[in-house]
Amino acid sequence: MNNIFVYLEIEDGIVGDVSLELLTKGRQLADQQQCKLEAVAAGYQLDKIGAQVFPYGVDTLYLADDKRLSPYTTLPHTALLVTLFREEKPQIALMGATSIGRDLGPRVSSALFSGLTADCTSLEIGSYEDKKAGKVYNDLLYQIRPAFGGNIVATIVNPDCRPQMATVREGVMKKEIRDPEYKGKTKKLEVSKYVKDEDFIIEVIERHMEKSKVNLKNSHIIITGGYGMGSAENFKLLYDLANVLGGEVGASRAAVDAGFAEHERQIGQTGVTVRPKLYIACGVSGQIQHIAGMQESAMIISINSDPHAPINTIADYVITGTVEEVIPKMIKYYKKNSK
Amino acid sequence: MSFNIVVLAKQVPDTRNVGKDAMKADGTVNRAALPAIYNPEDLNALEQALRLKSKIGDATVQVLTMGPARAAEIIRESMYRGADGGFLLSGREFAGSDTLATSYALAAAIRKIGKVDLIISGRQAIDGDTAQVGPQVAEKLGLPQITYAEEILDLSNGTITVRRRLERGVEVVKGPLPMVVTVNGSAAPCRPRHAKLTLKYKNAMSVSEQQASSTDYTGNYHTFTIPEWGAADIEHEAQWLGLSGSPTKVKQIENVVFTAKESKQLTGADTEIEALIKELIANHTIG
Repeated sequence: MNNIFVYLEIEDGIVGDVSLELLTKGRQLADQQQCKLEAVAAGYQLDKIGAQVFPYGVDTLYLADDKRLSPYTTLPHTALLVTLFREEKPQIALMGATSIGRDLGPRVSSALFSGLTADCTSLEIGSYEDKKAGKVYNDLLYQIRPAFGGNIVATIVNPDCRPQMATVREGVMKKEIRDPEYKGKTKKLEVSKYVKDEDFIIEVIERHMEKSKVNLKNSHIIITGGYGMGSAENFKLLYDLANVLGGEVGASRAAVDAGFAEHERQIGQTGVTVRPKLYIACGVSGQIQHIAGMQESAMIISINSDPHAPINTIADYVITGTVEEVIPKMIKYYKKNSK
Repeated sequence: MSFNIVVLAKQVPDTRNVGKDAMKADGTVNRAALPAIYNPEDLNALEQALRLKSKIGDATVQVLTMGPARAAEIIRESMYRGADGGFLLSGREFAGSDTLATSYALAAAIRKIGKVDLIISGRQAIDGDTAQVGPQVAEKLGLPQITYAEEILDLSNGTITVRRRLERGVEVVKGPLPMVVTVNGSAAPCRPRHAKLTLKYKNAMSVSEQQASSTDYTGNYHTFTIPEWGAADIEHEAQWLGLSGSPTKVKQIENVVFTAKESKQLTGADTEIEALIKELIANHTIG
């Protein structure tokens, strides 16, 4: 009772990274709250889900296995969670801030009248004092998220409503196995008790899912271009450097909006959060939204013709110069000095 | 019977163009420094609605917005682009609403509008980026939803077919009307203002705007009054509106401050770049 629930996103029988990251965070919170970590999988042919999630410290895995639950559609998954949450009364429910989680989360929160905070960048446990009501709440979930285009960070709490719901983007939390031998229980749900036939009213006619070609999250070296790159052609320089160093190319939101790079390369609050060994920012001015998604990089080099670009304040090395001049030199001297 | 479309739109501070004066010294947002704009994805939604209207013929497009009196601008802007009219939901009872309280109020207003076949909104607003209000309204109305819509492909025999743009793919889905659809920024951009409509509706005002205005519009041929509803005009229970209807509370707001590092300053000179590369190789950052 009053446990922590994580909704699992499943594609082709594989639990998504975002869900594993949430399980990792959920496990920490469960330890802190001395409660259980529970996971819900809704889909078809879910026999292999347990082996994927138990190592993350899942105590109970609920399986709703029904051909009609895959691919995801809104109403059946909503009905399942709403009914299950009414029965189990979780204190916290987490899901990915993905196209599924952001479709499902608000629906469930609306049905249960429970608060939901989208795109949290940090989750902590703490107390809250409602001064007007003269009431102190302990052990609440702090749902911490940027607001106002990233200019402020807000800590949100749900004092009275349960579950306290939050979504988190992929890559924001770290993924860490708790114990490869961790043993949890599996509970199979009788789907017809949770979902009505009428809930299956959306028909998925076509579906093309692509595996992401860009792997920013796991790259040790990231070369990012900003609006200052000027054109998609100039981005080629970045790909050249990335090829030579064995890195990946990222982009700021402004560069993506200008069409210099694809959306999946976007780094920052509305894109991917990265923590590489080396981050080279090229023509990136350093909007707060961008910095929030890369500030944990071990080493940051900024190449910018503007010596006062905001990103320079958080860079370890600031190279004042043009990208066209500096990058070919970096390639040249890397080739010369590496074995 | 005509096909009735309601577009949910929001007036938002333009958080994409935040200058240095957007934040006050105490860390709060200086709203005065941020221009109020039509939420970008709501314009994509309006375009989908207007396309349907011209395709169906016998259809109406009404825009529903909740906000302060100045949000009547959203209705006017929509009419300049081809919407038939709209409703402004405004009043102090709505102040402090989080997404859930907002969706409760919007759902009540939609019920008051009456027969609605399709509700279209932007996926999310740029001041919160939550993408919650659309699905929460759908749940409150007991309607199905299609989020992340990029194009409405077909509307026939009481069903709607929509192409959705997801993070990692594309889906085509079909479902029954009435339906709530939320539209992605990747959808077609909204048509520009129509010159004739802009002239026709530039004096369209809500009642409170008319009262605040010094010009006497009585007898003006082109005057169009934008209906303005307060809490008393919609069927509601007070506990679900505004602050009391908002389960989420803001505990704390902090200005974002990044710790500045002591940076080494380099020029693009060959010797400096080579020294840097050698250092990165030596400490195993690269290579």
